[in-house]
Amino acid sequence: MDLYEYQARDLFESYGVPVLAGIVADTPAEVRAAAEKLGGTVVVKAQVKTGGRGKAGGVKVAHSPAEAEELAEDILGLDIKGHVVRRVMVAAGARIAQEFYFSILLDRANRSYLSLSSVEGGMDIEQLAVEKPEALARIAIDPLAGIDTEKATEIARAARFPEELFDRIVPVIERLWWVYRDEDATLVEVNPLVLTESGTIIALDGKITVDDNAVFRHENHAALAEAGDVDPLEAKAKESDLNYVKLDGEVGIIGNGAGLVMSTLDVVSYAGERHGGVKPANFLDIGGGASAEVMAAGLDVILGDPQVKSVFVNVFGGITACDAVANGIVGALGKLGDAATKPLVVRLDGNNVEEGRRILADAAHPLVTVVDTMDDAADKAAELANA
Amino acid sequence: MSILLDENSKIIVQGLTGSEGTKHAGRMLQSGSQIVGGVNPRKAGTQVEIEGRSLPIFGSVTEAINGTGANVSVVFVPPAFAKSAVIEAIDAEIPLVVVITEGIPVKDSAEFWAYAKQKGGATRIIGPNCPGIISPGKSNAGIIPATITEAGPIGLVSKSGTLTYQMMFELRDIGISTAVGIGGDPIIGTTHIDALAAFEADPETKAIVMIGEIGGDAEERAADFIKANVTKPVVAYVAGFTAPEGKTMGHAGAIVSGSSGTAQAKKEALEAAGVKVGKTPSETAALMREVFASV
Repeated sequence: MDLYEYQARDLFESYGVPVLAGIVADTPAEVRAAAEKLGGTVVVKAQVKTGGRGKAGGVKVAHSPAEAEELAEDILGLDIKGHVVRRVMVAAGARIAQEFYFSILLDRANRSYLSLSSVEGGMDIEQLAVEKPEALARIAIDPLAGIDTEKATEIARAARFPEELFDRIVPVIERLWWVYRDEDATLVEVNPLVLTESGTIIALDGKITVDDNAVFRHENHAALAEAGDVDPLEAKAKESDLNYVKLDGEVGIIGNGAGLVMSTLDVVSYAGERHGGVKPANFLDIGGGASAEVMAAGLDVILGDPQVKSVFVNVFGGITACDAVANGIVGALGKLGDAATKPLVVRLDGNNVEEGRRILADAAHPLVTVVDTMDDAADKAAELANA
Repeated sequence: MSILLDENSKIIVQGLTGSEGTKHAGRMLQSGSQIVGGVNPRKAGTQVEIEGRSLPIFGSVTEAINGTGANVSVVFVPPAFAKSAVIEAIDAEIPLVVVITEGIPVKDSAEFWAYAKQKGGATRIIGPNCPGIISPGKSNAGIIPATITEAGPIGLVSKSGTLTYQMMFELRDIGISTAVGIGGDPIIGTTHIDALAAFEADPETKAIVMIGEIGGDAEERAADFIKANVTKPVVAYVAGFTAPEGKTMGHAGAIVSGSSGTAQAKKEALEAAGVKVGKTPSETAALMREVFASV
């Protein structure tokens, strides 16, 4: 889960990483009040989980509370790469002398962690990596040893941070490691890490991604997730423990196993090219146990999407037996009754497939078509969505 | 032959007494695996009955090895306790540990991997969040159904469980030497490259199918490895061509971020290494058939 900037700011503060005062606000009036409280020049910053806020007009400097309120009118409601701004952070202004870059992230290739740092902060780091790779210091972090004072000094030196700042910057690096380690983060990024004209080091903007698998040992993370504006269908799916991602197309997808569902999205997209350009409406992985309840919950979510015109159920019975899946489908359609109105194309293979197909044939539900292969079933589902 | 697992593999199950452990140990026994015991410190010295066998429960992996000569451990321990279970297996220097558990924090995986490396790498780790490994007709360590296909000359390595099953099913007329499900987490023990190297060295594996998915650059690195080191024909499939940027697709590792991790980039890298890449599982199987006919 990616955190909002203000959530990252608050976490930084709780670990003793120096940050500027910041107040979140959801309305222009609240922005004005926040600017009055902070005093002086403030920055109104859109809170969205995507990059490029500045370029999109989501970050503006205000010299008075009235100006802050005015700017907030423009920023709130702004669409930045598909993310609508519903909240801003009003941050105290700072006089910046120099901008640096620092991050800690997962290094998948080495099955370890990596720190990236540079004296050239502020700009887009992907751009820096391409244009001036020599300016980006990569230091491997041993997951067991972490970052102590010695390691932090090594990083500061490799980044070519000014030597006279080491006494201030090294402790900040160590503390950012504590955030990474103790919050089960997979990314902690500060861009820019600034030196102010008065000589202090401040984390001016922060990005944190925390590991969803580690929620069980972080009581605070559930609350951080609640602050997010999730798609209502995604929220509903989450209540039933379903792994659902809303997409833009017309063919609802249900499958078992993340890889197979991803593959199903591809196969349906290709089939859609032959049927009016229809596309998958969602990703939905019902996982190992496809009971009637899970299937009903999945169908309920998908049929709740007004964009959906047909549904493709693609199951390979490994541990799950196909007869259980078939019973799940029949049971789900029974439960949904008249609420089920869209055609279902079902492809079953694997464990107990004959029995599963027989159950569906016997039920002879008018909405259900059973197709033998994944490719043909995708084609049928796309055809029905285009009808 | 096969890789990493054969008829001589002696398997213990960490978490045997839990519901998942018991269920899947039963299935492994049905498919002919030699399961020699389980580990649970609170039930050490007892026996459990599974599939008509009486399996001894040991207090630690070391005791289990000493008592049975086990050389493979399969871990079904819940996420919160999985790290210490794997570290226990590493300390016991068991040659292979297969971590089935889904939902292990990535920090725990990073730590047990670093620990294994620090210990000199005597223990190979497969997973976590994987379906395990099967050498059909010989042994099965994990949750891959043994009935999909019989033994044959194709090696299969995959990030995804059900896609592994789908591909085994598509190629059931030819058969599989070993299928390794390496798991879809961002940090995994055995990689595509490790499996490719093992298949290259296995005389009974004549051709290799590699299944990848969006996210990271493991497939690109595998492509470099194939170019330099693999002489056997490789056919690949990458899932997630149509996945949008920034949306995680089920596996913690399956996300396209920025310009990296796309299926298209992976396909191009693999094709540049001489690997034929299918657009769908069925097309991939068809490519494998073509390649196999000329081996």
